[in-house]
Amino acid sequence: MKLSVWTYEGPPHVGAIRVATGMEKVHLVLHAPQGDTYADLLFTMIERRNHRPPVTYTTFQARDLGSDTASLFKKACIEAYERFKPELLLVGASCTAELIQDDPGGLAETLGLPVPVVALELPSYQRKENFGADETFFQIVKTLSRPLERTSEITCNLIGPTALGFRHRDDVLEMTKLLNSMGITVNVCAPYGATPKDIELISQAHFNVLMYPETGEMACRYLERTYSQPFTKTVPIGVGAISDFVKEVSEIVEINTSDANTYSQLPWYSASVDSTYLTSKRVFIFGDGTHAMTAARIARDEIGFEVVGLGCFNREMARPMRKFAATFGLDALVSDDYLEVEKHIQAIAPELILGTQMERHIGKRLGIPCAVISAPVHVQDFPARYSPQMGPEGANVIFDTWVHPLVMGLEEHLLTMFREDFEFHDEAGPSHHAAHSPEKKNQPQVDEADEVSSENKIIWLTDAEKELKKIPFFVRGKARKNTEKYAENNGFSEISIETLYEAKAHYAR
Amino acid sequence: MSSDQSLTGCLDAPVLKERGQHEVFCGLTSIIWLHRKMQDAFFLVVGSRTCAHLLQSAAGVMVFAEPRFGTAILEETDLAGMADAQQELERTVEELLSRRTDIRRLFLVGSCPSEVIKLDLATAAEKLSEQYFPKVNVINYSGSGIETTFTQGEDACLEAVIRGLETSNEQQLVILGALPDIVHDQMLRLLEQLGLTNVFVLPQVRVEDEVSVGSNTHFICAQPFLGASFEEMVRRGAKPIYAPFPFGASGTTAWLKAICDIFRVSKETFEAVTDAPRRRAEIAIEKVSKILTDRSVFFFPDSQLEIPLARFLNQECGMKLIEVGSPYIHKQLVGPDLQLLPEGITISEGQDVDKQLDRVFDRMPDLVVCGLGLANPLEAKGLTTKWAIELVFSPIHFYEQAADLASLFARPINRSEKLKIGKVA
Ligand code: SF4
Repeated sequence: MKLSVWTYEGPPHVGAIRVATGMEKVHLVLHAPQGDTYADLLFTMIERRNHRPPVTYTTFQARDLGSDTASLFKKACIEAYERFKPELLLVGASCTAELIQDDPGGLAETLGLPVPVVALELPSYQRKENFGADETFFQIVKTLSRPLERTSEITCNLIGPTALGFRHRDDVLEMTKLLNSMGITVNVCAPYGATPKDIELISQAHFNVLMYPETGEMACRYLERTYSQPFTKTVPIGVGAISDFVKEVSEIVEINTSDANTYSQLPWYSASVDSTYLTSKRVFIFGDGTHAMTAARIARDEIGFEVVGLGCFNREMARPMRKFAATFGLDALVSDDYLEVEKHIQAIAPELILGTQMERHIGKRLGIPCAVISAPVHVQDFPARYSPQMGPEGANVIFDTWVHPLVMGLEEHLLTMFREDFEFHDEAGPSHHAAHSPEKKNQPQVDEADEVSSENKIIWLTDAEKELKKIPFFVRGKARKNTEKYAENNGFSEISIETLYEAKAHYAR
Repeated sequence: MSSDQSLTGCLDAPVLKERGQHEVFCGLTSIIWLHRKMQDAFFLVVGSRTCAHLLQSAAGVMVFAEPRFGTAILEETDLAGMADAQQELERTVEELLSRRTDIRRLFLVGSCPSEVIKLDLATAAEKLSEQYFPKVNVINYSGSGIETTFTQGEDACLEAVIRGLETSNEQQLVILGALPDIVHDQMLRLLEQLGLTNVFVLPQVRVEDEVSVGSNTHFICAQPFLGASFEEMVRRGAKPIYAPFPFGASGTTAWLKAICDIFRVSKETFEAVTDAPRRRAEIAIEKVSKILTDRSVFFFPDSQLEIPLARFLNQECGMKLIEVGSPYIHKQLVGPDLQLLPEGITISEGQDVDKQLDRVFDRMPDLVVCGLGLANPLEAKGLTTKWAIELVFSPIHFYEQAADLASLFARPINRSEKLKIGKVA
């Protein structure tokens, strides 16, 4: 039993719904109680889908248990087929139905429906949403794909985008543009937008572009094993990754990629004078493995941030994440415990968080600006405008999004100069975004720094405390921490103005 | 109330009962407002990742540092042997209570998985209550989707609370139902002005707000979904007061009147207290509801508020009712409202969502009141919708909120009229 407050991922059947909803002419019959229909609103409200997810829930009740949940399931299958006439039927069980062991696959088979039926195994008590999507799509590919000749021109498949994915809609378009500029056309994009007939044609592409390992890797591995279809390992988020991706593609299909349109504004924006204020800002990065790792590379190599913490919530990515974090000299934080992540952030007091909606809330409470880089998604992650993460436009979007919550270069100087000014004073919070100022009133906020000092019994003298207040708020947390650390290391029990500036000199960079 | 209306309205009208796919939340969802209302309580769901995800999705943006609810997620190991799960639960509770010393009431909330594996939460609650006596009171109820829909979770919670109340022979009035603070206070003010003393509300905001029950207790529901709590009160000897629910001007008047009749409040006092706010409400409703008059409305089953709200929209805002669906119809509670509904409309209980959608497209109502899963798909098909969940969270009871209630329905229609760009999704 594990006590959980907020979760980063839903149960595996939600992953299955993401695949079914992303595709067309597919229907999922899910053996589940009525409350599980909440999943529909994720798609209709968060993603603003204009149709109900193609899911029939059997909504069995307590009185059905033990008597006829199985016939209820069969009836739901028949009616769903009659009403929706899908080309492919998926059947599965949610957590509750898993316990009553009705065997949806076996039951559906006895119905002799005239379309292929894929029975999903979704172990609700072991795995989570990403696994559910990965597994569902893999099973669909395994059932429907067949050996075909490669197309005459060079083609690829885009693998991994689903419904309710973080910027998947726009990434698909951006990747299509990028590949087209290299003379490569997209054979099938799946699950997003694909029909079962499209999946039948999947093996005729020359290679697969694995856009999201979280939801497409099992299928890619299967296609590689079965049809010798190679797949790309680089996820082209960020300028460096885009160029690696282009190189990887050119090696797979042996083409000249000098025409590839990879131009992004990011390098110049990072190099322009205003951006010196970004240099060495301390950032904490957290998300799904893929987005967190690509973000770390951009943060360090393309903007010049200092990555002070890095991690992911999906255990499937633990190994590559740990290896990757080590190259930053960091121990990766692999955890789906929101409270643990919060503690970690408090401890390292970063100047910017690149995280999920969960970390955005943590940042809000702690007064640390945050930009969102990964699922779990929120209605804000489906903007009306085109805003991919991948490809050259993705790099532009990322630069803007990350810099947006921060105080701008000149603004930062003004703040230092006019710290007592009514407009620029501390409490105004970073930049003009009300959303980023700490929620002082509502949240009885334990000042983490205070906690540290009381634990170690280091006392701030009044003058020093006052002086500390004059330091701009966005570096104050760090200044306080550093000073205390300095005092502790030197065995001081009090902090004076002197100590404050000694510490400042000591930590100068 | 117009005099040409038949006396029984829809009270004895046939109810269309359907059994197909339900598209409703389960009872766990009510924790979202219950935990805000009961300020010293923690709701620990014993369930699966699905339950945790449901709570999070329903809570939407309301992400708090550490809310007073959480899920003890059952894992493979808990399912293997039953003894383990009980021990694990005790361990989890210990972990929780040591971190949250502010908790005085702990609700162990059953879910589908815990019900199916027959995890005995009642025994666990008893044992834990003894262990943590007197600091924490541990109570159990089920919010599972195989037994409860949406607001029935509050009903099950309240029923469990009532079961634990002390018995007393005090003359008193008990009001059942969690209400938003502003409404709660207004209601108490009105009752006080009417000269009523010894008025208590369940659920209690804090455990110190002691409420007892006995044969001299009269009670009335402020929410229509409290069927089990109603029955539990009756079992404890309390006497029910029947009335339409306090929505709109006439609903509120009728509700207060029923109480006043029992407690023999004079006609003069009643009029002196209610006349001004009632008139205020009527005028406000009239302004807001112009856009609603003669428009048709269709209710999907959601919170059991449907029948009383349909009464309000029809009687006080002039809307035409097409279908009023409710997940469950407890006639003892909604009878007085049913009686006021016009004949010839469809009253449905339970659900077959696909068939119900067919009926919507067949009739194309001016407004559809439905859950969040259906709203955007219907909008995309050219219909105008009102999300039902907002009706549960918003202050909509009594005189001063009457016009707000009307405007919740008026706003979507108003928007549809304003937008000149069509909607292509
Ligand atoms: S329907 Fe059952 S399994 Fe689903 S969220 Fe509700 S209690 Fe949990």
